[in-house]
Amino acid sequence: MDLVDELKTICSPERVVTRRHALQTYESDGLLQYRALPRAVALVDSAEEVRRVVRACYEAGVPWVARGSGTGLSGGALPVEEGIVIALSRLRKILEVDLDNQRIVVEPGVTNVDVSAAVGPGHFYPPDPSSQIVCSIGGNIAENSGGAHCFKYGFTTNYVTGLEVVLSDGDVVTLGGKEVDRPGYDLLGAFVGSEGTLGVATKITLRVVPVPEATRTLVAYYQTTDAAGQTVSDIVSEGIVPGAIEMMDNLTIRATDEATHAGYPLDAGAALIVELDGPESECAALFEQVEAICMRNGATGIRVAKDEAERALIWKARKAAFAAMGRISRNYYVQDGVIPRTKLPEVLRRIDDLSREYGMKVANVFHAGDGNLHPLVCYDDAQPGQAEKAEEFAGLIVQACVDAGGSLTGEHGIGVDKKRYMPDMFSEADLATFQRLRCAFDAAQLANPGKVMPTPRLCGEVPGPYRQHPLERAGVAERF
Amino acid sequence: MSGHRPATLEEASEALRSASVEGASVRAFGAGTKIDWGRVAPDPDVEIRTDRLNRVVEYNHADMTAVLEAGLRLAAAQEMFAERGQMLALDPPLGDGLGATIGGIFSTADSGPLRHRYGAARDLVVGMTVVLADGTIARAGGKVIKNVAGYDLAKLFTGSFGTLGVIAEVVVRLHPLPATRVTARGSSDDPTALERGAMAVSHATLQAESLDVAWQDGRGSILARFAGAAADVQAQAAARLLAETALETSVAEDDESLWADQRDGQRSADGATLRLSGLQRDLARVLSAADRRRARVLGRAGAGAFWMKLPDAPEEELVQAVDDVRAELRDLPCVVRDAPRAVREKIDVWGEQPEALVRLSRKVKQHFDPDGLLNPGVFVGGI
Ligand SMILES: Cc1cc2nc3c(=O)[nH]c(=O)nc-3n(C[C@H](O)[C@H](O)[C@H](O)COP(=O)(O)OP(=O)(O)OC[C@H]3O[C@@H](n4cnc5c(N)ncnc54)[C@H](O)[C@@H]3O)c2cc1C
Repeated sequence: MDLVDELKTICSPERVVTRRHALQTYESDGLLQYRALPRAVALVDSAEEVRRVVRACYEAGVPWVARGSGTGLSGGALPVEEGIVIALSRLRKILEVDLDNQRIVVEPGVTNVDVSAAVGPGHFYPPDPSSQIVCSIGGNIAENSGGAHCFKYGFTTNYVTGLEVVLSDGDVVTLGGKEVDRPGYDLLGAFVGSEGTLGVATKITLRVVPVPEATRTLVAYYQTTDAAGQTVSDIVSEGIVPGAIEMMDNLTIRATDEATHAGYPLDAGAALIVELDGPESECAALFEQVEAICMRNGATGIRVAKDEAERALIWKARKAAFAAMGRISRNYYVQDGVIPRTKLPEVLRRIDDLSREYGMKVANVFHAGDGNLHPLVCYDDAQPGQAEKAEEFAGLIVQACVDAGGSLTGEHGIGVDKKRYMPDMFSEADLATFQRLRCAFDAAQLANPGKVMPTPRLCGEVPGPYRQHPLERAGVAERF
Repeated sequence: MSGHRPATLEEASEALRSASVEGASVRAFGAGTKIDWGRVAPDPDVEIRTDRLNRVVEYNHADMTAVLEAGLRLAAAQEMFAERGQMLALDPPLGDGLGATIGGIFSTADSGPLRHRYGAARDLVVGMTVVLADGTIARAGGKVIKNVAGYDLAKLFTGSFGTLGVIAEVVVRLHPLPATRVTARGSSDDPTALERGAMAVSHATLQAESLDVAWQDGRGSILARFAGAAADVQAQAAARLLAETALETSVAEDDESLWADQRDGQRSADGATLRLSGLQRDLARVLSAADRRRARVLGRAGAGAFWMKLPDAPEEELVQAVDDVRAELRDLPCVVRDAPRAVREKIDVWGEQPEALVRLSRKVKQHFDPDGLLNPGVFVGGI
């Protein structure tokens, strides 16, 4: 049977998309620069359907890409031309809320906010990407997504305790469980952040934590990003771990204020949002200390959120940063580099120099606590060649991050967009070692091929001649 | 058995490469404090001692990260971090002469009471350099605390017992060392009351640094430790919660010895120690199961990791006792840690694993160490 017909018997004909205009909905993820048309999209309704679709692809030798909500920013869910897209957005059931044990078990298509909503009001799920209203937990697992609260609370990988995974040959395996620290290889840790290349997560167990008793938020304004950066270093070196520390530069402040009217001074060189959360007694003690550090570093003004409404307004500006950029530039390219916190002034100067050289504006927003920069390179694609130039510029920015001892990506992933830079960060031996893991999970390389790795690689036979080891002869260790 | 003492990454690579050419089996050896853990297997042909790979390659105190060689003792690293008011938030028992090395701790994924707030070794490692069986030097992760480039092989190697490669360097994220710590304690002879007490604390908005349990001779305690600016206020609040669940409570400011006992009690020189992975609602069951066997329990009441020490007994009885505990607490993964060799020879120290998981684990092993030379036979499923 033809693969598409088989998908129709597995799902049902209405849930297999094959018409061209309907397929176009799936041709990109959140990074619109890349497009590819799949042969078909299977709108699966259950984990069992995922398993059967994957198995059918395996038998037909056809590659597939799992897709959550399609908000990824590195082309991770970009279809393989003529491959199959397995769309998981109908898998939205919350399977179990076990608050006694502070766990929740969900299907992969459940959105990030719905997880927190299901365990509220007493508990919440900390990793909070700005896209949380739409992005799926499955996508979060695949990207190891972060958010504003990750400096204190950790990333997706620190909250996933168990996964049911469909491997590319249709085998179903459970990695981890509700309990932590299980014996065996930490395959769960290896799977999180693997960008859909090791299998499809069909059932996800997460750890949730109590909502903090108190939250205190301020935003401090500075003449320069250097002064704001120094404030971050001082806060951290005094042993304070804020729930969130976010920074915006002048261009971002102007764009977001126009969009949100949050009241940030338009002449400020930088704005720093510092949010402390935790027990009331601790927040109260540390908040004054944070204010003093801000003043010591030359803050030109500090606005303390008096109530939840004002806190929301302060955050509104930050959360609108990407969207608001549309007001000052027709197009922009979101970069996602990471640097050691202390290298901030040096890397910002480099971005400034490049900005002059390329004649393109850059707006900077950072998760300042963990050194994760989101420079937004502004361009106008109505002018020929600008898009390519912007991309080249963005490439030099991540290279500057890697040169400063940082990383190509803090949360958006490598996908297709950054794979060509992988050799800047990893040696050939490192990449070949990554490939060993890939081959162990998916020797046929049907799971999201063409992502992460800079060049296609084969799995082939396991290298090395067969030699019977003495232990094996003695029957002590087995070979497999 | 022949030995190597590489002083550089390149020497380590050469040692592994030459062993692989000869088809010799290899294991890394730090201080040997946990060398007996895992399945009993014959001694390997070659041992790579990491004692000369003991440098602090980088300590970026302002960025709160450090690059540590495998042979460095954790205790030495902690002293250095403490001078800057920082710590690696990992406090496993350090063994004889406080010898435990970074390599040994990450290979076995050992942890201590700080696991409650900061996670396990896997949660603190941000990058790693490993030497594969064929001598390949490979790096994964990076030197920054947030990074999603490439597969997270540092987590895969953490807890892999040297069966995929030799850990040569570990990049860790550091945390502030709290100036003040205060512990609230609630005691009772009723396992259910202890479970309720632990849950009251873990479900409250208090952010404990550690939340442990200890049980011995028919009586136990919940220990909740708080750190930082308002540690005393939080400990008082925790004591009130523990009192509400009918525990006898006290608050200790000078609490270091309490926690040293919690750490060191994870090891034992006699009897047999089982490490059970469970959930908060398993605590009472675990304590009752221990009590019937006059066993001691300590561990993480919040995170759900329990060490049960069965009292010393003749081999056959110990083997029987392990089987009984496993049968009674069937749903809790259970690993045998310290136990006499004769006992470890007669049982599967790792416990049963689902078929599909073993199959996948074997494939991983096969791709990283195709000739099966690295620490053969010690790991889960005979890997
Ligand atoms: C406005 C905006 C703001 C954003 N802010 C943040 C932010 O603050 N932090 C952050 O980290 N990211 C952010 N992102 C990026 C994006 O939202 C995250 O990467 C998110 O996790 C993607 O989820 P998704 O469901 O949209 O995944 P998709 O885009 O559908 O897929 C992403 C990848 O995951 C794989 N995948 C999806 N589901 C599964 C599954 N069940 N099993 C295996 N693989 C799977 C896909 O194959 C693909 O490789 C932002 C994006 C936008 C558009």
